[in-house]
Amino acid sequence: MKCRVCRGAPVIELRQHNAAFCAEHFIAFCRRQVEKAIKKFDMFSPDARILVAVSGGKDSLALWDILHDLGYETHGLSIGLGIGDYSETSSSFSRKFAEERGLDLTEVDLASGYGFTVPEAAERTKRVPCSSCGLSKRHIFDAVATEGGYDVVVTGHNLDDEAAVLFGNVARWQTDYLGRQYPVLPEGNGFPRKAKPLVRLGEREMAAYCVVRGIDYIVDECPMAAGNKHLAYKDLLNNMEVESPGSKHAFYFGFLERAAEWFTGDGEEINLVGCERCGSPTSGEVCAFCRLVERAAVVDSQAVQLSPRPVKERT
Amino acid sequence: MKVRFRNPDREVDLEGPHTVHTLVEHFELNRESVLVIVDGTLVAGNNQLPKNSEVEIRSVISGGAPLQPGSPTTR
Repeated sequence: MKCRVCRGAPVIELRQHNAAFCAEHFIAFCRRQVEKAIKKFDMFSPDARILVAVSGGKDSLALWDILHDLGYETHGLSIGLGIGDYSETSSSFSRKFAEERGLDLTEVDLASGYGFTVPEAAERTKRVPCSSCGLSKRHIFDAVATEGGYDVVVTGHNLDDEAAVLFGNVARWQTDYLGRQYPVLPEGNGFPRKAKPLVRLGEREMAAYCVVRGIDYIVDECPMAAGNKHLAYKDLLNNMEVESPGSKHAFYFGFLERAAEWFTGDGEEINLVGCERCGSPTSGEVCAFCRLVERAAVVDSQAVQLSPRPVKERT
Repeated sequence: MKVRFRNPDREVDLEGPHTVHTLVEHFELNRESVLVIVDGTLVAGNNQLPKNSEVEIRSVISGGAPLQPGSPTTR
């Protein structure tokens, strides 16, 4: 195969598109897919102030790179999760990316800001690490976006991520989750707007984008993620993709176009109030994150600052 | 050729020649889950790999538990 655009030597073949691209036209292809997603799902306006949640991995750094190149006003947010060398290395890639491009990066550290790391939280709460990790990230994304007045928080979830989540939710018929699986969530009830501009691009494309663009990212998998169901679902879907290219796209976008609306009424209506400790939206007196801090932090939770505390601001 | 795997890391010596496709098939890998990189450059499917080259096969699969759409209280 030759590059679909210029007939030059390709660097990647995309079987789901029955196409191949040279480096230059592959980058253009990725940018176009992000633009399409932003427009199709009305994710944000051209003048939006965007908070990019970055992990140091391929997806979030590629997303930041693309949005910056498309001319959006972006600001990175990196969270130190305290997962040993893995977290240190991950943060260093985000830092390097921001420094090389002169972009703003806010860093929030779980251990110094809240008194626990993800491994400690897992041990003290007897829950899987991904649970406290996800809860902490969501809380900090929301808090930094709200306090900083950002129009939207964007995350690097790609087509493989979304298809795997959908597969898991369908396999277990978690209809309340199915009703909320959409690439953009509106602002409201104290939550900021959230969007996933990479939903039209797969994991392989994002890794290839980083290689072609010379973006260093953490290749190693999170040591806490080994054996989780999400990775198993991705394997299943990739086996299906080999046999039938385009299956992941058809599965996810077919759901959005034809079935998502069936589930939008599922799940109970909940009245939200401000958490008595941090002010975040919650159905009880104390939000889930503050309860996590209470159980996981080694210091007196009353002494822990519960609003986001950037440990380093880079401008 | 020397084949270096990333995520997880290991190295294997392999008799050549190989194309990207035959290399991926040799290791029984899913072509949707890996990239083949030579000297920092991506190499597409039918391209012949130099006999004495150092090749990196990089897994592209990543992800802990996803950030679920969440309950209305932890969106």
